Amino acid sequence: MSGQVTIVTGKKNRGGGFVLSGVAWIVGILFVLPVLWMLLTSFHSEENAAKNPPDVTAPLTLDGYRSFFDSGPWPSIANSLTASILSTALVILLAFPAAYALSIRPVKKWTDVLFFFLSTKMLPVVAGLLPIYLFAQSVGFLDNIWLLIILYTSMNLPIAVWMLRSFLSEVPVEILEAASVDGASLTRTLRSVVAPVVTPGIASAALICFIFSWNELLFARVLTGTVAQTAPVFLTGFVTSQGLFLAKVCAASIVVSLPVLIAGFAAQDKLVQGLSLGAVK
Amino acid sequence: MSIDAKKPAAVKPNRRAAPPGSEGTIMRKAGDWARRGPLLPALVFMIIVTQLPFVVTIIVSFMNWNAYYPDERGFAGIDNFRRVLTDVNTRHAIWVTILLTAGVVLISLVLGLLIALLLDRKFRGRGAVRTMMITPFLVVPVAAALLWKHALYNPTYGLFNGVLKWIFGDNAPQPDWISNQPLWSIIFALVWQWTPFMMLILLAGLQSRPLDVIEAAGIDGANQWEIFRYMTLPHLRQYLELSALLGSIYVVQNFDAVFTITSGGLGTANLPYTIYQTFYTAHDYGRASAAGVIVVIGTIAIATFALRSVSTLFREETGK
Repeated sequence: MSGQVTIVTGKKNRGGGFVLSGVAWIVGILFVLPVLWMLLTSFHSEENAAKNPPDVTAPLTLDGYRSFFDSGPWPSIANSLTASILSTALVILLAFPAAYALSIRPVKKWTDVLFFFLSTKMLPVVAGLLPIYLFAQSVGFLDNIWLLIILYTSMNLPIAVWMLRSFLSEVPVEILEAASVDGASLTRTLRSVVAPVVTPGIASAALICFIFSWNELLFARVLTGTVAQTAPVFLTGFVTSQGLFLAKVCAASIVVSLPVLIAGFAAQDKLVQGLSLGAVK
Repeated sequence: MSIDAKKPAAVKPNRRAAPPGSEGTIMRKAGDWARRGPLLPALVFMIIVTQLPFVVTIIVSFMNWNAYYPDERGFAGIDNFRRVLTDVNTRHAIWVTILLTAGVVLISLVLGLLIALLLDRKFRGRGAVRTMMITPFLVVPVAAALLWKHALYNPTYGLFNGVLKWIFGDNAPQPDWISNQPLWSIIFALVWQWTPFMMLILLAGLQSRPLDVIEAAGIDGANQWEIFRYMTLPHLRQYLELSALLGSIYVVQNFDAVFTITSGGLGTANLPYTIYQTFYTAHDYGRASAAGVIVVIGTIAIATFALRSVSTLFREETGK
């Protein structure tokens, strides 16, 4: 870190620290700059957005957003919300009892089960895509939001099981023993004894599952059409630059990213817990 | 903050074991099933949704099945595998997948570590810088790829060439970034998104260091480099492994960036994109499945290795 300056006096050291803080600020600004650029461009008129060199001080307008919303994105945004929220709820519903059976009252070989869950995350999604497509086609399930809900649940369940297990294993034994002595049933124990202790863990798991479902493209692209199309699939309409309107693309990208940006900013610490599968608390 | 790699509930082995005794095996079996009960819905769900399709993939991989020629459906033996493995495009896709994954994970791991070290100090606006740093990770991947493709890389109105014009005037070079360096264009866009991920996990690791020991080392005359090399780095090892493993799991499957930035063109098609195309555009189901099986075998080989390192961590912790 402040390698060379440590030998000298405290005053110099503070100077080195000042430089490092400056570097940190510059790096942070560099990383956020593309997003700020996208935000600024989204408020420019198409004519000004395509200028080279760019015109930073061009007058601001909502035309980009207007033209995006005129192209009918609401059904796909609604589909994304449905798929993300329902699959997240389903994930927690399945993962919570499973995590209980892997930590508090562990089954035999619980480590093997835990690693089975993780190993499904390593199976390339694309390898199972064809059978799912053929199955959905044969039972008339293509372009149906429920298909995505089920697939997103399977995609996120391992993450939630790992996270919740790591939280549940911190529930004090005494509380559980007391509940068991009082003759509480399993559901009651889970609901009124364990759940309150692990609520932060559930919140982290839910946040991360929501983000991953919201972002997913491959399944949605292959398995949905006009009816169940999600927001990322809607965005792929902007892939070719033919007749491209840069301000509109930027407005679209901002709007679609907004739920994730808000959720992520609001719960930065939960984000870390979720990303590390609960290993970092 | 602690890395709980995986302090298991079974630290006290028998803390909730069924009471030992003469009640006999029936009671114990009933107890076993009571334990398994809460696990079963999740386990059965995962087996049906993730394992069953793969069995079908294996079956289809031995079939001659192209949706454009429905009459020719039948058993194909190892034909699909031979075609996939001798195909130049597939071999290239394997190479691209390795380059892309290794490039993104390594670069973002090093950058993430450096930035985590910068942020592991008290300074004015640390929270603001951290928030700025994680923003790229919170942009929807397709939107991020669109941003890089159109708003930054574009040769006529992208920001990069705009900045070149700002600095060098009208005669500034205006390279076509994506055509010149297609794979690096994708790698840079992904590094931008994944560096925050690595940084967040490594920063949490840095902040869980025992500070008193480090202070003591400083008083004993260890310099900053020695403290980093012999104390910080070993402590960070498991965090580095965890973030590299998780990053690889996601980047190896990347579809969004390849699909959006180059649409698999210019020699950037990785395996997920190639399989997607074989199945979605060419409708060659047999061949797509064979490629899928090969990818899975490759992944299992690598994952076994990766899981072993994770599970070593796991055992170490259990042993404590």
